[in-house]
Amino acid sequence: MENKVTQKKSLFRSDATQKLLAFGSLIILFIVFSLASPNFAKFDNIVGILLATAVNGILALGVTFVIITGGIDLSIGTGMTFAAVMTAVFITNWKLPIIIGVVGGILMGGLCGFINGIIIAKMKVPPFVATLGMMMVAKGLSLVISGTKPIYFNDTPIFREIAMGSIFGIPNAVLIFFLVAIIASIILTRTVLGRYNFALGSNEEAARLSGINVDAWKISIYTLCGIFFGLAGVLMASRLNSAQPSLGQGYELDAIAAVVIGGTSLSGGEGTILGTVIGAFIMSVLTNGLRILSVPQEWQTVVTGVIVVMAVYLDIIRRR
Amino acid sequence: MKKVKKILAVAVCLVLVVALLAGCGQKEQPKQESKPAENQQSQTQQSQSGSSSSEKIYIPLISKGFQHQFWQAVKQGAEKAAKDYNVEITFEGPENESMVDKQVEMLQAALNKNPKAICLAALDSKAVIPLLEKAKAANIPVIGFDSGVDSDIPVTTAATDNVKAAAAAADKMAELIGGKGEVAVIVHDQTSRTGIDRRDGFVNRIKEKYPDIKIVDIQYGGGDQLKSTDLAKAIIQAHPNLKGFFGANEGSIIGVLNGVKEMNKEGKIVVIGYDSGKQQIDAIKSGVEAGAITQDPIGIGYKAVEAAVKAIKGEQLPKVIDTGFHWYDKTNIDSDEIKPLLYE
Repeated sequence: MENKVTQKKSLFRSDATQKLLAFGSLIILFIVFSLASPNFAKFDNIVGILLATAVNGILALGVTFVIITGGIDLSIGTGMTFAAVMTAVFITNWKLPIIIGVVGGILMGGLCGFINGIIIAKMKVPPFVATLGMMMVAKGLSLVISGTKPIYFNDTPIFREIAMGSIFGIPNAVLIFFLVAIIASIILTRTVLGRYNFALGSNEEAARLSGINVDAWKISIYTLCGIFFGLAGVLMASRLNSAQPSLGQGYELDAIAAVVIGGTSLSGGEGTILGTVIGAFIMSVLTNGLRILSVPQEWQTVVTGVIVVMAVYLDIIRRR
Repeated sequence: MKKVKKILAVAVCLVLVVALLAGCGQKEQPKQESKPAENQQSQTQQSQSGSSSSEKIYIPLISKGFQHQFWQAVKQGAEKAAKDYNVEITFEGPENESMVDKQVEMLQAALNKNPKAICLAALDSKAVIPLLEKAKAANIPVIGFDSGVDSDIPVTTAATDNVKAAAAAADKMAELIGGKGEVAVIVHDQTSRTGIDRRDGFVNRIKEKYPDIKIVDIQYGGGDQLKSTDLAKAIIQAHPNLKGFFGANEGSIIGVLNGVKEMNKEGKIVVIGYDSGKQQIDAIKSGVEAGAITQDPIGIGYKAVEAAVKAIKGEQLPKVIDTGFHWYDKTNIDSDEIKPLLYE
């Protein structure tokens, strides 16, 4: 009897079922919107959805690693903006070659993440507080460095191509997002960092006792998250052809919502990259679909909120 | 044991509440007592500043924001007036235009400094009324700028008539699309006065005067360029026959321009904007955007401080100071009349 129950449980609990659930919801949303509006399932619109997912999706990918450790990173939104502003400073103000500006911008994101990691691992400040501080610092610094003005990439038209150039009609930003998702998935499932990532999230003390250098890996994971939001910043700047210093706040919540919809547990220890990718798509299909149907914005926000809670509830049932 | 803890917790809470209430009561009492004293103090201060001219009149300006280039231009105008009239100003505003509570706090802090007058661009015209009443009681004249308040406490308001200006944008739109077709609107938000006025100004004029023009969608992008871009794309996608697009502020219009560009609809959709900024100026020069309405932000800042100085001196002021608006396009963008009103 008991055996039967656990068997049933484990079937429902399996990762495959979970992914199927999330993927199924995405397909259902897609079908519903396609039926509701003839303009939804068009190539241009789908490309638009993919493009709208790219920046948010990369933020979500980065924060997935952090959430699997049982932590949180609230600085991804404004950290992204900081990276964008620094990229603009490197390329426009300092006249550095674009490639150096881009790498520099990404590394600036990494630096923010590294500092987050040090504060969390070495100074033992809770992640929520440490990254909340970074969120404000990054926001303030972006405004200070840019002089509260947007910085434009008008002298370097190639810069826009990083996100907006296209192959077979698919914008580079989308291709970069998929590529980054594959890399993230490999890191999470095939490397030591990925293994330890889960170990930290499941039981930090056990990980410590089994000889894992917990602090060092934590710092690495927050740095990795920083590199992701650095890259998101470069892509955002490229798409807008400018670094907008007042942007970014609020983006962390959308990204975290995508991760949660994708089945990663906020208490740590569980999560997949594919789940996050699907979660990010659910978010943008939802917003795009509701917009196409001209649903008033107020209701769009309500619907998104309900879906986030529903996703987590489903996840809780699944784990019971 | 558990029960004891529970009782203890409740007791502690009660003590805290009582302490808080007592604190409030205490706070209020000395305030009432000190009011006449404060008045006396300010009177002596006044007489002091009268005798020793070194102490400048202080006027705080509470704006809706400070990051946006528009507010930087308002600040610039205010600083110029401060110099001309030899007064001291401070210019502050919340980080974004939905932080009503933060602005209320700033207003409270400014009032606590006991200024001679105060200039306010209210984010929420009703939320600030209790504080304005306080200002009135303390004889501090309030000058509105950029947007009005639903109250007659402000001595005057220096602002663009947004309804009129957006209606002018609607007329231009009608002219440029030949009086018929589908148009869409992206507005920054649905709660602020400027958002409401610009939306209604545009929409009502179209409804009243141009029966063949259909407004197919009105959406709100929060002034966020990236969100407004995806918004604009979705609207264009949903309405392939769209002939015109109106963006009601800088962030919104940049979104519209990006959307039009990414959908390869440059030149196929008549784009009309509001305010200024480098991207919009470039788009108008290159012909992607037909033109835009500009307010006079420098004039708004200047006239607000000027009005405050006049109010302190006891001069009579009109209820509204219309700071005007202008239509600009390729033909007049570099003219002497328009150029000073635009900012990059």
